[in-house]
Amino acid sequence: MNLDLAILSLLIGASAVAAITLRDLVHCVLCLAVTFAGLAAVYLRLGAEFIAFSQVLVYIGAVAILALFVVLLTRTGEIENQSRFSLQKLAPLAVCGLVFTGLAGAAWSSSLRGSQESVAASIRLRDVGRELMSAYVLPLEVLGLLLTAALIGAAILAQTEEPNEVENPNGASSHPPAKPH
Amino acid sequence: MLPYLLLSSLLFSAGLAAALLRRNAILVLVGIELMLNAANLNFIVFWKFGPHPESMAPVLFVLFSIAIAAAEAGVGLALILLVYRHFKTTNVDELNLLKG
Repeated sequence: MNLDLAILSLLIGASAVAAITLRDLVHCVLCLAVTFAGLAAVYLRLGAEFIAFSQVLVYIGAVAILALFVVLLTRTGEIENQSRFSLQKLAPLAVCGLVFTGLAGAAWSSSLRGSQESVAASIRLRDVGRELMSAYVLPLEVLGLLLTAALIGAAILAQTEEPNEVENPNGASSHPPAKPH
Repeated sequence: MLPYLLLSSLLFSAGLAAALLRRNAILVLVGIELMLNAANLNFIVFWKFGPHPESMAPVLFVLFSIAIAAAEAGVGLALILLVYRHFKTTNVDELNLLKG
């Protein structure tokens, strides 16, 4: 095991565990961004440059930032009571432990375990583009449709409810919706 | 390839733990993203170490998977925002009404 991979794994593991255990949601989302960045570095190390750059653009640039904005928009000030250990949490933890042992055991007993990194495996952007435009053109179009639908759906879902203010007769046209104190 | 697979197993279990244990809807979504990333990492590792490194299919599959994860995160976060606006909370334990 190489030193750089060990450092990367440590970074990814630590930031993933921090992302799911920290109390402050902002810290969680920032740790999530660190996890995504570490994974992008692993992709670079594995020779999948295009995937690494997509990871940085989409996950760090879009997903983590979007999650951060939603955290800031839904801030109630109350910190989730997480320290209390209850019996209720034991079963999910056991399930997670079982899943980890199962996956790690499967990896351990895999016949590909000792296989070496193939030097031939590397992608050129030219090949990605050609494949996307020839063999994978239908999935690409479907994906474009899906992304458009998701974008429109998200915009419709997240927009403020204007009709409520219009049909409100007593003229309290406060532009920000009135918050209960 | 064992370290990579162990890393992705760890990521998947961490995501599962977040999805099962945390009460905040945003963190449940974060857990789902972690699990998706673990699957993507596995695809790339099996492409790199597998018997067909010349195939482009795993790389393109991961590309599509990243795009779908972005769409899923967008819609999911919009739903969380809507739920928060309605119930004034994002705690999934308190969201027990089908009718608003």
